[in-house]
Amino acid sequence: MTKGIGNTQKRFGNFIRGVVPAAILGALAAAYGADAKYPTAKVMTTGLAVTDNEVTVGILHSLTGTMAISETGSVEAEKLAIAQINESGGILGRKIKFIVEDGASDWPTFAEKARKLLVQDKVAAVMGCWTSASRKAVLPVFEKENGMLYYPTFYEGLEQSKNVIYTGQEATQQILAGLDWIAKEKKAKTFYLVGSDYIWPRTSMKIARKHIENVLHGTVVAEEFAPLGHTQFGSLINKIKLKKPDVVFAAVVGGSNVSWFKQLKAAGITADKQTLLTISVTEDEVLGIGGENLVGFYSSMKYFESLDNPNNKTFVPAFKKMWGPNSVIGDVTQAAYLGPWLWKLTVEKAGSFDVDKVAAASPGIELKTAPEGYVKLHENHHLWSKLRIGQWKADGQALVVYESGLIEPNPFPKGYQ
Amino acid sequence: MGGYTFSELGSIFVMQGFSGLSLFCVYLLMALGLAIIFGQMGVINMAHGEFLTMGAYTTYFMSKLAVDHFPALVGIYFPFAIILGFLIAFGMGYLLEVLLIRHLYKRPLDTLLATWGVSLVLQQVFRSAFGAREVSATLPAWLLGSVKPTETIDIPLNGLFMMGLTLVLSLLVFIFLFRSRWGLKVRATTQNRVMSGGVGINTKKVDRMTFAVGCGIAGVAGAVFTTIASTGPTTGSLYIVDTFLVVVFGGAASLVGTVASAFSIAQAQSVLEFFLTSSIAKVLTLLTVITVIMARPEGLFTIRVRK
Repeated sequence: MTKGIGNTQKRFGNFIRGVVPAAILGALAAAYGADAKYPTAKVMTTGLAVTDNEVTVGILHSLTGTMAISETGSVEAEKLAIAQINESGGILGRKIKFIVEDGASDWPTFAEKARKLLVQDKVAAVMGCWTSASRKAVLPVFEKENGMLYYPTFYEGLEQSKNVIYTGQEATQQILAGLDWIAKEKKAKTFYLVGSDYIWPRTSMKIARKHIENVLHGTVVAEEFAPLGHTQFGSLINKIKLKKPDVVFAAVVGGSNVSWFKQLKAAGITADKQTLLTISVTEDEVLGIGGENLVGFYSSMKYFESLDNPNNKTFVPAFKKMWGPNSVIGDVTQAAYLGPWLWKLTVEKAGSFDVDKVAAASPGIELKTAPEGYVKLHENHHLWSKLRIGQWKADGQALVVYESGLIEPNPFPKGYQ
Repeated sequence: MGGYTFSELGSIFVMQGFSGLSLFCVYLLMALGLAIIFGQMGVINMAHGEFLTMGAYTTYFMSKLAVDHFPALVGIYFPFAIILGFLIAFGMGYLLEVLLIRHLYKRPLDTLLATWGVSLVLQQVFRSAFGAREVSATLPAWLLGSVKPTETIDIPLNGLFMMGLTLVLSLLVFIFLFRSRWGLKVRATTQNRVMSGGVGINTKKVDRMTFAVGCGIAGVAGAVFTTIASTGPTTGSLYIVDTFLVVVFGGAASLVGTVASAFSIAQAQSVLEFFLTSSIAKVLTLLTVITVIMARPEGLFTIRVRK
C-alpha cells in the first residue's frame, strides 16, 4: 500500500520535474542543454530509474564472504569510473547514481539482489558478479527482467547473452595465445597442467590440452586438480619434480594459490629451473603470495598495472588517489573499470537508456581510453582485446615481455569442446 | 619404472616422506588445541579455527611492524610473534569461556551452534578490521628456501622449523596434561566434576584455564601456518573440518590417539596424493576414516574407565 502511494508520488514528481518545466519553462530548460536535447520521455520508455538529471545503476559484488578478497578491487574500479564520468558531465546530461548490493559470496543471494536491483530499484544497468557461479545464478534474472549486466572477470567462455556484456577475456583469448608464446619462446613440448577443482580451471585446462595436443603437437604429461582451499602441495610438487615438464601451466585460485607458490619456492622450484605460466595470478593475488615467491614466473593476462601507455598512466594515479597508494590494480579490476565507460558510450550511441536499444547498439562500440589500450565490443558481446605475458618481479609488478595483436573473442571455440 | 634413475626415485622417496611428515605436523598442530578442548572438556568449539586465524594475523602484523619500522628485527621477530600469538588467542579464549562457553557446559549441542555463530561473527570482524584480501607475513630469511643434502633433494626449511616446533609443543602439552598439577586437576575434572569439586578443586577455574590454553595453542598453530599459507578472514575455516576429523579419529580423550591419528591420516593423504590426485586422495582418506569410526565409534585410542 505504502509502496503504491510512493509510486504515485514519484510519478507525480516526475511529472512536475519533467513535463511541467518542459512545457512552461521551455526557454529556461534550453539552458540545461542536455535535458532539452534528451528529454526523459525520449531516452527512457521502459520505466527505468532515469530522471531529468540522474540515472541509477547497480553495483553487485561480494562485499562479505570468501569472494570479497577478489571483488573489492572491482567495486573500487567501478566507483572510480562512475565518479570520472560524473565529473566529465555524466551520460546524456545525467549524473550516475549507484546502489551497491552485497552478493555475500553466496550465489542465491546474488540472484535475489539482482532481482531487487532490476525490479524494485529499476536500475538502468548493473556492474557486477565475479565468479562464474554468481554470473550463472543471475543470468536467468537478467534475461527475464531484461536488465543489462557488465561482467568483468576472465572466464571459461561457452556463454553469450543479449543481457550481458563481458568485459573480461573468454578462455581462448587468455589461454591460446599464451600457450603459443611459451611454446615458441621456450621450445616447450611437455606441459604439466595444475588447477583448482571447479568449473573455470577445468574448462580452461580442457581447452589448453586440446590446443597443446592438436595445434602445438606437444604432450600433456599430467593434468591435476586440487580441491578449493587446498594448502598442502608437497606431493604434487614432488610429482612435478619427477616428470620434469618443460612448462607448468597453472590455474590455482584463492588461498591455495599462496600455498602453491610458497611451497614451490620452498621445494626449490624457481624460475631459473622451471618455466611456469599461470592464468590465475594478477597484481591482486601477488599481494597475498608475495612477489619474492613468484620472481621470474609468467602470467597470461590482458592487463598489468605496469603497462606503459598514456591511458594507463592517467588511470593508475587516479585509482591510487581514490583508493590509497598501497592499492594495486589487477586484470579484473581494470576490466571492471571498462564497464561504466562502455555503457556510457553505448547509451550515447543509442541515444537511449532502454536495455533493448543498449544491447542492440553494443556491437562495434570502441573505447579508446581503456587503460589496457583500444578495445572494441564484438557482436557476441565480448571484447576484442590483446594478450600480454607478464614476468613477475620481486616488487609485485610484472614486466610485460610479450604483447599480441587484438584477438577476436570466440566464446564457442570449435574443436575445443 | 619409466626411465627414471635410481637416485631420482630415491630423492623423490625422501622428499615424499618429508612432505608426509610436514602434513602430519600441520594436522597435529591444529589438533593439539582441540584435543584439549574437545577431548578433555567435551566442548565442541566450532570457533577453534578463528583462534588459529588470530595467531596468523598477529604474526602478519608483527612482520609488518618489523618491516616498516624496525628492519633490523625482521630476522628475529618470528619467535616473538609465536609467543604473542599464543597470548592473544589465550586471552580471547579466556574471554569467550567466561562470556559464553561456561553457560553451555550442560548443553553440548547448543555449544556447537553458539560457537559456530561466534566463528561467523569473528570472521566478519576480521574482514571488517583487516580487510577481505588475504595477506602474507614477510618471513625471515632463515625460514625461506631449502636445504640440499644432495643435488636432487630439497628439504624445505619452513617444514623443518614446523617439525621442530610441533615436537616442542607436543612435549609441552604432554607435560601440561600429565606431569603438572594443573593437568592432574584438568583430568580429574574431566572424569568426575562433582567429586573434583568435593576434594577442593576449583573446577570453574580449571575449565577457564583449559579452554584458554587450547585456544592459545591454536594461536601458535596459526602463527606457524603463515610459513606455508596465506592469512585471510576465513583461513581458520579451511582447517576446522580436518582438525575435528583428526581428533575424533584418534579417540577424543587420548593425546596419543591424536598423534597417531594425525600421522596416519597425513601419510595416507600424502601417499595417495602422489599416486592419484589430491581430490581422490581426500575422498579415499575420508572413506577410510568413516569406515574406521563406524567400526570403532570411540576412535582409535580410548582411555579405559570403569562404567
